[in-house]
Amino acid sequence: MRNTVCCLFLLIFSTNTFSVNSNLILADSFPDKLSEFEFFVDDSAQEPHERVIPYELISTLFSDYSYKQRWVYVPNNAKASYVKDWVFDFPEGSALIKTFYYPVDERNPDLGKQLLETRLLLRKKDGWEAVSYAWNEQQNEAYKKIAGKTINASWIDFMGDERQVRYRVPNVNQCKECHAAKDSITPIGPKAKNINKHYSFEEGDFNQLTYWMKKEIIDSFPEDLVSPVDWRNETKDINDRARSYLDVNCGHCHSPTGNANSTGLYLNLVETRDINLGVYKKPVATGRGSGGNKYSIVPGKPDESILLYRMESMDPGIMMPESGRALTHQEAVEMIRDWITQLPNK
Amino acid sequence: MKRILFFSVPLLVALNLFAKEVYIDPGPNAQERLQEALILIEEGDTLIIKSGYYKFEDGLSLDVDNVIVKGEGIDSTILDFKNQQSGAQGLLVTSDKVTLSDFSILDAKGDALKVIGAKGINMINLKTEWTGGPKSTNGAYGFYPVESEDVLIDGCVAIGASDAGIYVGQSKNIIVRNSVAQYNVAGIEIENSYYADVYNNLASHNTGGILVFDLPDLPQQGGHHIRVFDNKSIDNDTDNFAPEGNIVGEVPRGTGIIIMANSDVEIFDNLMSGNGTVNLSIVSYGDETDDPNYYPHPKNIQVHGNTYGPSGFDPDIETGDLAKALFEISGGNMPDIFWDGIVPLSQIIFGQPDNEKLIIVEEDASFLTIKPIKYMLGFSDPTNTNKDDFKGEISPLKEINIETF
Repeated sequence: MRNTVCCLFLLIFSTNTFSVNSNLILADSFPDKLSEFEFFVDDSAQEPHERVIPYELISTLFSDYSYKQRWVYVPNNAKASYVKDWVFDFPEGSALIKTFYYPVDERNPDLGKQLLETRLLLRKKDGWEAVSYAWNEQQNEAYKKIAGKTINASWIDFMGDERQVRYRVPNVNQCKECHAAKDSITPIGPKAKNINKHYSFEEGDFNQLTYWMKKEIIDSFPEDLVSPVDWRNETKDINDRARSYLDVNCGHCHSPTGNANSTGLYLNLVETRDINLGVYKKPVATGRGSGGNKYSIVPGKPDESILLYRMESMDPGIMMPESGRALTHQEAVEMIRDWITQLPNK
Repeated sequence: MKRILFFSVPLLVALNLFAKEVYIDPGPNAQERLQEALILIEEGDTLIIKSGYYKFEDGLSLDVDNVIVKGEGIDSTILDFKNQQSGAQGLLVTSDKVTLSDFSILDAKGDALKVIGAKGINMINLKTEWTGGPKSTNGAYGFYPVESEDVLIDGCVAIGASDAGIYVGQSKNIIVRNSVAQYNVAGIEIENSYYADVYNNLASHNTGGILVFDLPDLPQQGGHHIRVFDNKSIDNDTDNFAPEGNIVGEVPRGTGIIIMANSDVEIFDNLMSGNGTVNLSIVSYGDETDDPNYYPHPKNIQVHGNTYGPSGFDPDIETGDLAKALFEISGGNMPDIFWDGIVPLSQIIFGQPDNEKLIIVEEDASFLTIKPIKYMLGFSDPTNTNKDDFKGEISPLKEINIETF
């Protein structure tokens, strides 16, 4: 009887009194279950709390063809501040939430999806921390996976073919590998330039930055943002598409402040030096990653370019990125191939 | 009172009253248990990997400062990555003041043990091996600390790396000692690094035994202050099996020690013998570079008191340009010590400053260098084989002290 009353009570008040558990965001340790954060009104349906705002990026990181839904949460009465050429500086207690999934059949969204994992970046008092929660088979709860997890997943692609993947939920250290900047952890996606695009919110269609201002979760953004292009947009310049793709897929490690800075190969958007972009750059510690090629990029010769060789490979000792990929991103490989083919041989 | 406080606080830290030992046994889910332990251990803890044969499908990583991870001996605690499906190395360490000891890493798909940006890393009594013999499909490096400081590699064994068995890159304050490197392309390689002591090691059956290199277009370059002494670099007779594109792919089979483009290097009291191409080679960086901050020539190299056994009896003229050029210019009479003689144009004209000169003080060693002017003017014999022209006073480099913890 008492239970029934409790349930009723919860039902009646859940939509009104429900709020994100900000204490857990700030806590010293991560809770075992994703639902404890109360980011979602309905976890398995991935229906977010109203202050948990969905967003998209212009160009995204390839993660074995998985789909991603992103949300940002900024606590009441606090705002993230704009930082030039970098991610917003989010206040303590903020959270970036990203759920990875495969649709059962890419041709028919109504057939549902398989939730894989929900990755969290939590803005603690001293900085960001990263952790991932893997969804159970019943798809009604996601559990903390400090050491990562392997999920053998499959889906039907747009061509009607069944695709299989040994999907890896990253462990906590692997989160840091990509999200490292100097000695601390940083988000990668939510730079003003990366979210400068329209999104269909429940209230209507808005530019995301405008919407974030309206929701008072950011303090400002400049009018004259130079944004990356969507690398899939074939009407855009091939050079912009390639640089945009390389920036978001490689530039977090391959930059002067990233984990791969010892290589001298820098693929972040602001890099302008040919040699550091890989043009006629010899490998340093590449080993068999060179595939018998002499340079990272040989203009006009994609098949002699180490960069493309490592994008195509599925061998863990060769492939790039080092983590988070088990399949080849065929469409991007074609685009980078076209890009290298038309690069002028100075 | 103040005095007591002053002493007791560091003491507490040193003793670490909360330090604990964590044990990992072989068995089901060893991968997940070990990786979780590597994430959850806390500063001051010791993680002990019990003896046994561990098979892993994913790379391991450690990012906790001030911990010890040890096995129960290189023949007892074996971490086997033959079936590795993900991760670019066997074990990746990204934290400071870490001690690793007494285990083996076998058949990693990429590098066996990589350490990035550590301030303080001890690698003691460890082994890295590719068990199928020298193959270009082996991983690049066995031991691979990079961008690190206070690096100790002591009593380790490195076998079968397709680049270097022991490779220290872009680091500072380094000791590599009492270790064995065999059947690698390069046995031991110190690259773009500052302040290293490499001593009492055995490098044999590699393509090249010990390499001291500096390369352009990297965040840290200008490698200097390297002492290589009391090593045996002998019988380096494995064909170069590096995948093309890698700089070590240029190293000819049968090279004892090569110094390339470093400053302040002292090579003494080593045994170099049984190296079919050349025992000791001192060369400039041979490729074009536009890097304005890079100095491509060796500078202030001191060679003394080494013992030279047979060399040059089987020069590898197929690999790179070095052995072929040396073979031609020496008329097949390969020297123990070779210097390519390449200096900046201004030094060709005005001579080398004394503090940049090559100094050789050896009893029994044959020598050959190229005289650039004679070479450029097409003299029939542009060489100089008189090592006494390079005699001088040795100014010993300082011993390297690394911070212990």
